[in-house]
Amino acid sequence: MKGSDTDQPTKMMIAQAAREDWGVVVAALTKTLGDLQLAEDVLQDSLLKAMELWPTEGIPSRPAAWLYTTAKRKAIDQLRRSSNFRKKQQDILATLVENQSSDGDSTDDIPDERLRLVFTCCHPSLSNEAQVALTLKTLAGFSTEIIAKAFLVSETTMAQRIVRAKKKIREAGIPYSIPSKSDWSDRLAAVLGVVYFIFNESYSQTGSSDASAEGLSTEAMRLGSILLRLIPNEPEIKGLCALMLLHEARKPARCDANGCSVTLEKQDRRLWCQSKIREGDALLRDALVMGQVGPYQIQAAISAIHATSQSFASTDWLQIQMLYDRLYEMQPTPVIELNRIVAMSFAQSPAVALAELQSMEASSLETYQPFQAVKADLLRRTGDLVGARLAYDCAIDLSRNQSEIQFLKAMRLSIAT
Amino acid sequence: MQYLLLIYSNEADDPQPGTPAFDEMIAGFEAFDKALEAKDAMRGGNALKPVSTATTVKVRNGKTVTTDGPFAETKEVLGGYYVIEADNLDTALEFAAKIPCVTWGSVEVRPIMTYD
Repeated sequence: MKGSDTDQPTKMMIAQAAREDWGVVVAALTKTLGDLQLAEDVLQDSLLKAMELWPTEGIPSRPAAWLYTTAKRKAIDQLRRSSNFRKKQQDILATLVENQSSDGDSTDDIPDERLRLVFTCCHPSLSNEAQVALTLKTLAGFSTEIIAKAFLVSETTMAQRIVRAKKKIREAGIPYSIPSKSDWSDRLAAVLGVVYFIFNESYSQTGSSDASAEGLSTEAMRLGSILLRLIPNEPEIKGLCALMLLHEARKPARCDANGCSVTLEKQDRRLWCQSKIREGDALLRDALVMGQVGPYQIQAAISAIHATSQSFASTDWLQIQMLYDRLYEMQPTPVIELNRIVAMSFAQSPAVALAELQSMEASSLETYQPFQAVKADLLRRTGDLVGARLAYDCAIDLSRNQSEIQFLKAMRLSIAT
Repeated sequence: MQYLLLIYSNEADDPQPGTPAFDEMIAGFEAFDKALEAKDAMRGGNALKPVSTATTVKVRNGKTVTTDGPFAETKEVLGGYYVIEADNLDTALEFAAKIPCVTWGSVEVRPIMTYD
């Protein structure tokens, strides 16, 4: 296949269509073929064929359906050629041939089977790293190269991770199915955890020059809205989508022109995206009336208080502290405890918060970056500048985020002797 | 697919014969066996004698080395196993979660290799 300049716009459109519909087509193919790898292989082949045909023949009216139908034909060819022909494959082939449309030019409707695939990709038998990589690869249609960049590992490492995960799905018999009622809440929590992890990863890299990290938050929100459409009555999905919207709304104010992070206190609230705040707030209200409060709804509620406060000073910190208390009951983790203590420092006083922080001090926390950052801030605000400088040094050493380091260094400098 | 369910527990935590807990465990295993048979999922299984009866064999440089005890010294030891037939991992995990010892020990679920 030879590329010419005139092909370029068509190729970009193909790439775009493929990215958007990838998850739908892969999920439907996987359901039919019972094999994720085969599904991705035949779809990739169909995409190559599209690149060859569409620039001259024009883009079909329903590109995804064309890809789906073409991929199924390719699967038939591949299964027929397959040397180790098993009974199961014979059955799949028979079904494929039987359902093949009689009219060669028509394209099939694509059933939305993505929910099955989501649960497969986020199966607890896969490591968290594998869950995240697979979700981005199969559902979001990200290339291995982009995922590798976003997670700061080499492309080879990421490719191996994805191959191993797919192998485990096949070898261990991880099903393409929606979990039973008894497993539902745990399995859903795993899925939401993966989506939120992807979202947060873009934040932990704010200020990095890489645009692929930026794409992660957009993708996480897209995955969230897909889940919302597929499972409309789960308050925690609404909670997660609200949380992501409310975070995203404040993004334009999070960094200054130099890429240095700006604390909530110093952020220019006029830069916050009001339409996202309204959307997030409405979604959160929808969730809360369902009367099944969960961790994402609480976090969204905290975020909503910040997003709708006129100023830092007028923020209802006591309410935020109470919400963190509730969240800590559900998820007793150090990061939530630290956030609770920060809220306490504004709701009550830095001294009260510092006492609380000292009560949680344990050797394992000494090397925990957020702990040192909070400690530095509280020591500074209570006037212990010597202690604060030490804690800032520790926090800077432990940080892996450039804009965070810049911020901590500036704070350290502001109390230099 | 076939799966091997390996039942691990700390022997010190296992109920002792003659106690109500032991009777409960046995009744639990009987119920589990019946549940497997009802679904035509039972392909085999056994309880093992205590780990103190174990012997490990290895051949190094053509020399057979026999040692007492299990391969790895761990608190949780293999106490028994089942071989079951299940459509997929989720079904196998559901069965595994019904094995009585799972509340104090753990069950490792391993797909069995097939050559076809």
